[in-house]
Formats: sequence, structure tokens, C-alpha cells
Amino acid sequence: MDVMPKWVDIIVVPLFSLFLAAALSALLILAIGESPIAALNLMIEGTLFRSAGWGYMLYYTTNFIFTGLAVSVAFHAALFNIGGEGQAMIGGLGVALVCLFIPWPHWTLAIVGASIGAALFGMIWAGLPAYLQAKRGSHIVITTIMFNFIAAGVLNFFLVDVLKPAGSMDPASANFPASTHLPTFQDIAGIIGFEKAFRSAPANVSFFIALLACLATWYLIWRTPLGYEIRALGKSGPAARYAGVRPVKIIMIAMMISGALCGMMAINTTQGESERLILNFTEGAGFIGIAVALMGRSHPVGVLLAALLFGFLYQGGAELALWTKIPRELIVVIQALVILFTGALSLMVRAPLERFFMSIQRARV
Amino acid sequence: MTIKPAIELRGISKSFGPVQANKDITIRVMPGTIHGIIGENGAGKSTLMSILYGFYRADAGEIFVDGKKISIPDSQAAIGVGIGMVFQHFKLVENFTVLENIVLGAESGALLSPSLNKARAELAALASEYELNVDPDAIIEDIGVGMQQRIEILKALYRKANILILDEPTGVLTPAEADQLFRILKRLREEGKTIILITHKLREIMDITDTVSVMRQGEMTATLETNETSPENLAELMVGRKVLLRVDKTPAKPKNPVLEIEDLNMFDDFGVQRLKNVNLSVRAGEILGIAGVAGNGQSELLEVLGGYQKADGTVKVKGSEIDLTTSVNGDGQARRAQGIAHVPEDRQREGLIMDFMAWENSVFGYHREKSNQANRFFMDNNAIRRETEGKMHRFDVRPPNPKLTAKNFSGGNQQKIVLAREIERDPDLLLVGQPTRGVDIGAIEFIHQQIVALRDRGKAILLISVELDEILSLSDKIAVMFDGKIMGERLPSETNEKELGLLMAGVAEQVAQ
Amino acid sequence: MIDFLTLLQVLDSSLRLATPLLLVCLAGLFSERAGIFDIGLEGKLLAAAFVSAAFAAITGSVWMGLLAGIFASILLSLLHGLASITLRGDQIISGVAINFLAAGLTVVAAQDLFGQGGRTPPLKSGGRFEPLNFPWASSSKEMSEAGPLMQLYSELLSGHSLLVYVALLTVPLSWFVLYKTRFGLRLRAVGENPAAVDTAGISVIGLRYAAVVIGGILCGIAGAYIATSLQANFTKDMSAGRGFIALAALIFAKWRPWYALAACLLFGFFFAVDNRFQNILLPAWSLSCILGVISIALLSYVWRKDYLDKVVLGGLALGVAVIAFMVINSVWATGITSQVKIPVVFIQSLPYVLTVVVLAGFVGRAIPPKAGGQPYVKER
Repeated sequence: MDVMPKWVDIIVVPLFSLFLAAALSALLILAIGESPIAALNLMIEGTLFRSAGWGYMLYYTTNFIFTGLAVSVAFHAALFNIGGEGQAMIGGLGVALVCLFIPWPHWTLAIVGASIGAALFGMIWAGLPAYLQAKRGSHIVITTIMFNFIAAGVLNFFLVDVLKPAGSMDPASANFPASTHLPTFQDIAGIIGFEKAFRSAPANVSFFIALLACLATWYLIWRTPLGYEIRALGKSGPAARYAGVRPVKIIMIAMMISGALCGMMAINTTQGESERLILNFTEGAGFIGIAVALMGRSHPVGVLLAALLFGFLYQGGAELALWTKIPRELIVVIQALVILFTGALSLMVRAPLERFFMSIQRARV
Repeated sequence: MTIKPAIELRGISKSFGPVQANKDITIRVMPGTIHGIIGENGAGKSTLMSILYGFYRADAGEIFVDGKKISIPDSQAAIGVGIGMVFQHFKLVENFTVLENIVLGAESGALLSPSLNKARAELAALASEYELNVDPDAIIEDIGVGMQQRIEILKALYRKANILILDEPTGVLTPAEADQLFRILKRLREEGKTIILITHKLREIMDITDTVSVMRQGEMTATLETNETSPENLAELMVGRKVLLRVDKTPAKPKNPVLEIEDLNMFDDFGVQRLKNVNLSVRAGEILGIAGVAGNGQSELLEVLGGYQKADGTVKVKGSEIDLTTSVNGDGQARRAQGIAHVPEDRQREGLIMDFMAWENSVFGYHREKSNQANRFFMDNNAIRRETEGKMHRFDVRPPNPKLTAKNFSGGNQQKIVLAREIERDPDLLLVGQPTRGVDIGAIEFIHQQIVALRDRGKAILLISVELDEILSLSDKIAVMFDGKIMGERLPSETNEKELGLLMAGVAEQVAQ
Repeated sequence: MIDFLTLLQVLDSSLRLATPLLLVCLAGLFSERAGIFDIGLEGKLLAAAFVSAAFAAITGSVWMGLLAGIFASILLSLLHGLASITLRGDQIISGVAINFLAAGLTVVAAQDLFGQGGRTPPLKSGGRFEPLNFPWASSSKEMSEAGPLMQLYSELLSGHSLLVYVALLTVPLSWFVLYKTRFGLRLRAVGENPAAVDTAGISVIGLRYAAVVIGGILCGIAGAYIATSLQANFTKDMSAGRGFIALAALIFAKWRPWYALAACLLFGFFFAVDNRFQNILLPAWSLSCILGVISIALLSYVWRKDYLDKVVLGGLALGVAVIAFMVINSVWATGITSQVKIPVVFIQSLPYVLTVVVLAGFVGRAIPPKAGGQPYVKER
């Protein structure tokens, strides 16, 4: 029986979980010997009070939107895609190959080509574990984690042995040609007369692609027959079988869409920011995508909001690491707590709320 | 000197949230008797027994065993005062042996070997005393259902139970196995054991119980001596009004065959043959009812016809052969395109997505059809919602709210949603499994009427049910399945339960007594 | 190709590298046999590694470190238990969260306590488990002169840290507990049909918590081992995926203790080869032959399979063939018999690739405990 109204389920529960995660993190900050209030202030000032801060924050947000959407789509099919890191890495490889070996006249064309490359490569990297799950029953959580490790190896190989320019000591590819560089927010602001805004911040046009991806995902999941089948399979395998929904097909498609979205993240990081392929450019975004998807309840609007939150935390965390003793890994702890409270301990959060609503119902009767 | 009741409950009440499952129940069972508790689904019988077995704590009321007031906070306490329970769905560990299952929880000591040896000796003694013979080293998943039930009874006896509660014990038994069970129960009664039998089958009450209590909507409406009542009387007490125990229908006017099955064979994922040379046919305007105890191939037959299980053989629908390989041409979508609709046996597991709303469920299986699409890419959700509302009114689904999720509807209403979806497709062939399982009597009447109405519109219906009454009252032709084979076909007017029971038990064609 | 002593050294190394895998694998075994899917083994391993190294560094006693590591691991196990058993939450999400929690907290705490960028200081003797030498074993100087049996005794059997022997002992101990005791019977039952246990009057919750705590103890020992014995300190993310590889080994071992030993030794062997032979040179023609055979084998497997199989495995076959072609191409100038160096990263990825192959079930289908991963709710 549904006891709580839907809006409570979607908004109050994640907020309550966030509050608990924040409280525990504050305790941790205290234990290190810093002040949580000061830390929060530092984070807000460094991120929200300067346009460059927003620039950094939205850059990270773009990454998290892509990975958050990716995990959400997989969640709808009851698949846990932990392979975001690996899929993004291989997506980056795709971007690099497209940008380095095809002469693009203009960035508008380059971004289309790179998107196809990124999505395709990400799709393949997610498709392999999906195939193993669908056909052989191999648990997708373990295989995607293994593929993360393997992807790091593949990336390493390509950067050191294939794409590294001769004479360079840096495990990185050559710089992408200027015609593939994406306009940053600063560039965009410059066009309308604000040259000083978003100074050197990495946020770029791929942010808008991420927003489009949100919209497209919403339509896909709730308006198309494919989305219907993905959700049905995710809710009940036996029922899906009864209805003639083919599990192998849906698992493959859902994971490939998921992989494609993760791959797209590389447009932001590799084509948009570093403008060459480097090691470790994913920086944990694939994992943060899990927290984002859980907090956002696998809905594009929720994912967008959660991605904004985590973008703030990430950039704020960088500020904290710069000015205080608090290391960047604090963000990993916060991420873990959010996943814990929204995902695993959700009953702890829901039960008191449900009791509250039940007592209201009884009072009304 | 008055004999104290073996069990006495006074004023037991229990609520789950806003639902009150038991309201002020008072009951008394004398030792050495078989007491029946009858009521519809949701009447509160299982809750009451769960309280007695320590699964739930009552909100109010007292329990007396052998005249002494006791409290039963958990199952250990219940076992301690001699209460044993045999559940509807067996609580056995499938890959353990019989001995291991009996000993589980009643071991003597931390090491296993001494416990197993003691149990083996005791089991032999119990077997000879009560004629409950079992092979202690057999593995549960290899033995039949009747035998598994005997093990459940032995489990209780091993723990020195004096009061045995059986919850819907004959659901999975053939009539012959059910008779054997009742013989065992009568023997136990002779030995002074007290037995409480929970069932919804009126005939069982009449056959074996000494006294019976009727429950309705959480309350105990009557307690009677069995020989002072009748099935009609009990049915009325169960529902609160006069109940039609037979379906009103005009004779069938069947036409051309719609479904023809020839030499159908099917092996499951473990290589066990589940369907053996099945030959059947159903004509337009006819209801073919397949009788049989659950697990004899009926489910598999539905799965093959529904398109999600491979088989070999020939199946023709409206004269053309259908694909039996579950590939794209032979899956659930293909079947629906060919005019086959399917009401599955387990509505909560297969027929509905419990977390989807009613409107989403009303196109489940038909979500790709052009009529549900707004354009090439998107579904037309608004139109679907409107259609659903209409369906809900026509099929008396309560509440008629398309936006309510499926799990918020009662069993009967859920079944009506599924039926509405399948029947309003106007299919040429309707497959329907256990249409009234877990459905209250009022809805049962409605559902039966709908099925007959579909048949009167000239459609073919394949009905599968474990309730022999339902088969006898609805079918125009009956086929009996046992062990994956069709044992025989009969017309309802030319047969009776005894003959069908024999066929259901695998006794080959004989002249009926 | 290689002499007996080198083989022994590799096997010796295998045993040492297999030890943490074995302990974690058994931890997973107890947990999963009771119906709790524990993907947070990696996190427990990491947390125990840090806590034991930190305590050993601060107190100077490795035993304090061991106890502290076990304690930390048990705490995380109880958290997983709270989420999975009491709150009936999603077990995979809980495990993933615990992994992140450990990854983050260990670095934060290490940085706060020691300020060395997220690692603990190196442990001196007293803070480590020293190798235990069996009596009459040859020392490493004498080794090359000793006979093969003596070499076997001294190199392979003697000279391991205490925890290695403890790990080996846990195998028969686990077998005994699982199959010969009342507790073991109940534990196995609760993973197959918790309702059967509940109706027999035994606490499902109690059994499951016991299982996760046992798992916690075993992970704690494993963590202490990697940070005080295999290595002499804690470094960031030092668990390196072992927690997941152990799960693959568990599936490979069909959830049985003795098979688990075999599986973990196999993985340990691969790790050892990985470490020892960094520069593997193969003649180009034999490498391309091997690749060619793999490619053809894949193609012939998919010949009769369905469309999806053809696409995926056929694509893989094509990829392998392309690599074979590139290998030939790279030595075209110098002749086909010249040697090609296998890239280091390939060798390093081998354990992970092997895990995937194991999981792909090409080594037989395995049936997990029936009630695995599902929280137990009483029927209504």
C-alpha cells in the first residue's frame, strides 16, 4: 500500500538523506580539526560567489549529468552500471581518435563526430558486460568493475604506446587541432560582451548537450515503447517474459544507452577541457554518477538537481583541499554517505516519515 | 469434570496499519477433534493462525492452551507448548535431505551427527505409528508434493506437537492424495491429537471436520457442529448473502476449431519432459476446461501457448501454424498479433507490473500497437488513460482510478484489470489460468459471467483451473491432465468428480463406477 | 625453460598472493551461504588494511594492528548487516557505499594522522608479521645447493608469515563448521529458504548477522595481512580489486571451501606470474598464431548461434585477428621470428580479464544459494 504521497517520496526522502549525510560529514570535519561552518562558507564563497566558481561547478555538473543519466537508465532496467569510469575512458579514446585523425573544419562538425565516436566507444565498452549478463548470467556489477580496471589498462596502452607524440615524456596524446576546440562559457560570455566572466573556467558548450540529454532521456523512458519495456523488465522479469518483452534485447539496449551517455562525458572533459587525451581524466565521475542517480531517484530532473549539488560539492571540495587540511577524498566520503542513506538505509529514512503520514491518516479517519 | 479445550482464544484482535485483520475473535477447540476454519481470502484465517504460531503478536486478547493462559511471543514458544503448523507453501530446504529438514531447529547439540542419528531412529518410530513412511536420505527437490507434505507433518510430530494446524493443505494434492491425508489426520485424531484445518473448500469441511468456525472480514461469524450444517449454509455465512454456486449458462454453439494442438512435447530447462504428446482442440464459441492438480503440465502448456517456452509439435491457430521456438516470430508479442490473449495464472508475478499504474498495466503486452501510439516515436499516454477509465467502469474495478498503482487494488480488482485488458482485445482465443484464485466470491461471479459472455460472442477459450467446481461449472468440454499427458476428455454432463479425480491421479481410462 | 627452483619461487609467491584472496573469498562464502550478497568485501579489506597499519605504526605492535583491523572490518560488516538485514535495503548498493566509504575515510584519516599524503609510515619489525621458518629449513643462501625435496620444504612450505598458515587452516575449519555443526546447517538453510528456518523457531536475523560478522573477521585478517605482511604500510586503494576477484573466485568455487582454496591459488598463481615476469618476450609468429587460433575458435563457436552472439563474439574475433595482423606488421622489416614484447599493461590486466572469463561461465554454470541477495520479509 502506498502510504506517502508521491511528492514526499521524490523530494523529502532524498533531502532527508542528504541532511543525514551532511551531518555525518560535519562530524568528520570536526574530527579532523576544522570547523564545518567555516568549511561550508569556504565552499559557498569559492563556488557560488564568483563566476569562475560557477564555471568550474557547471563543468563538473556536466560530467555528473552524463554519468548520472547513464546509471539511471541502467537502473530502470534493474541493472547496476558501475562501469561508468571505464565507459567514459574508452569514450575519451573515441573522442581522441575522431579529433586527431579526421580533419574537422569547424567545431560544430567536430562535436558531432566526436559525440558519435564517444557514444559508440562507450556503447561497446558497456555492451560487453551487458552481453555477458544477458547471455551467460555473469553478474554485471562484478564484470563492469573489472572492465573499469581493464579500461585503465587499455587507455594506458594507447597513451603510452600509440598516441603519445614522439619525444614526449608525458603519457598523453597530442593536442587536438584548434578547429576542434569547443567554446567555453567564457567565450560565450565574451560574445555578448562579458569578457571577464567565467575566467578560465572549463565549463563549455557540452553543458547544453548534457541538458538536451536529460530531455531526451525523459522522453525515452516515459514516452516511448522502448522505455516502457525497459521499465517493465526492470520491475519484473517474469512479467516482461509474459508480455513478450525480450530480456536479452532490453538488457543490451539499456546498457548500451548507458555506456553511450558515459562516453559522452568525454566530450566535456577531453574535447572541451583538456583538448587532448590524458590519464585519469574521469576522476571518479563514473562513481559519483551512482550517487547522483540514487539521489535523483533515476529521474532526469532529479539527476540534474543532484548533479548540480555534486558539482558544487566537487568544486567546493577542491577549494577546501586548497585552503584547509581537508583532503579531496572527503568528497568520496560524502558520496558514500549519500549512496548509503538514499540507497541502502532508505528504510531508516522512510520509516519515520511513513509513521508520520500514517498517524495523519488515522487522525483523519 | 469438564474437559479443558486444547486451544482457546478470547478476544483476539490484530491490525496491520489501517486494515483490521482480526476483530475480537473467540474460539474454542476441544482436544481430539478436527476443527475447520473456513472463510474467503482476506477473511483473516491465516492471520489468526499466525498469531497462534507466534509469527505475529495480537494487539489484544488471550490465548489458552490446555486451559492454561500462555503468551506466544515467537515460534519457539508455540513449538514449546505443542503447537505445530503445516503451511500452504512448504517451508522446506530443497537441497537438503529429509532428515536434515526434520532436524533443522530441533537439533540436539552443536555437532550434527548425533542429532541426525537420533532423528533417524525417531523417524522410524513415528513412521510405523502413524503410517507416515518417508525415505530419510532423499533430497527434497526429488520427491513429490504429497510426500513433502508428509514431511511437514513429521516435522511437527518430531517436535512433540499435540495441536496440528494445517493451512489449505489440499491445494497441491490430487483427490486421491487428499484422501490419504485425511486418513492420516483421522489417525492422528484417534491418537488424541487436536487438528485445526484451514480451508476455503466447503466439501472438505463437510467430509472431515467435527466442528467448524466461519470467518468473514476479520470476524468470527459462527461456530457450528459440522453435522448440523450444509455447504449452502456455510457459503452464506462466509459471504453474508445467498451465493450462486453454479454458473448460469446457455448451451454452447461451437463452430470451427480455433486452436489445434498436435503431438506437443516440451522439455524444461533441466531436461525434464513436461508435456507428453498433448493433443487438444478448442472451437470457436466453446470453453475447454483443463482439470488437473497443479504441476502436471498445465502451467507449461500456458507458457508454450503464451510464447515464452519452447516446444516441439504442431500448434495451429485459425488454421495456420504458429512458431513454437520463442524467437521473434513466436514470442508473446507474436502471439498477441495472432489474436491470442492470455490471462496468466499468477497475476502479480506475470500479469501485472505491481509498481505500474493501472493505465500502464492496461496496455501491458500491447504497448507497441499502433492504436496506443501518438506518432512514430511516442506512446499516447493520455488516450491510454482515458481508455483505461472506460475499461475500469465496464469491469467494475474499484476504485476506478487509472492512476492508482496496481498494488493498491485488491486481488479481485487486480484480476479484473487483467481480464479487462485481455477480453476487450476481442481475441479469437483466450487462454486463462486460475481466473478466480485469491478472488472474493462477488468478483468470482462477475469473472465467470465475463468468460461465458466472451464464449457467447463466438470466441474460443482454454480454461485451466485447479478448482474442479470451476471446471465443471464453466466448461463445455473437459480434458484432464496428469504428468504432462491428456488422460481423457469428457463432457461435464457425462462425468462426475470421482471419475475426474481418478483421471487427475493418473488412473487410465476405465469404466466409471 | 625455467628451473625447478624458479618454479618453486613462483609457487611460493602464489601462496603469499593467494592468502588475502582466500580469506576474503571465505568471508564472502559465509555471507552468501547465509543469503547476504556482500560486494563490500573490497571496502572491508581496505579499511582493515589501513587500521591495522596505522595501529601497528602507532603502537609498534603488529598484534594490536591485527586486532584493530579486525575490529574495523567487523564495524563495516555490522553496517552492511544493518542495511541488508534489519533495514532490508539493497545489498549491492550498501556494499558499493561501503567501498566508497572505506576508500574515502582511509585516506582522510591517514592524511590527518600521518600527513604523508594518504599513506601510513613504513612498519619496522615488531610492527610486521615476520616469516616463520620451519625447523631444518635451508636458508636462501643454501637453497640453490639443496635437493629438490628440501627446496620444496624450505621455499614453498616454510618461511611464510603466520597469517598465511592461519588462512590455510581456515579452509578445513570452514568446511567443518559448515557441514558438521548445527550452526552450519542452519546457516546453509537460511541462505536457501529463510522461511524454513523462521518457522522452525530460529532467528533468521541472528544467523545472518553471525555470518556477516564471521566475514568481517576474515576480511580483517586479510586486510592486516596485506598491510603488515605483504607490504609494510598502507597506501591509497591498495586493495586493487581483490575484493571483487575474490567474489569471482567464490562463484568459480561454487560456494564450497575446498574449491575456494583451489580457485584462489589459481588466481594467486596468475598474480605471481604477473609480478615476476614483467618483460615477456614472444616470437612474433607464435604470438600471432595464438591470436589466430583464438580468433578462429571464437568464430567457429558462433557459427550456429544467434545474431547477437555472432555480432559480439564475431566482433571480438575480428578484433583479435586485427591485433594478430598488427603484430606481424610491426616485425615485417626485421623478420617474422623476431621477438615482440607484450605490453606491461596487458599482463597487469590479466587477473581482471581472467575474472571476466570465469564469470562468463565458460568454466561451468554455478547455482548460488537460492535466497541470496533478497531480504527476508515474513509473509502476510
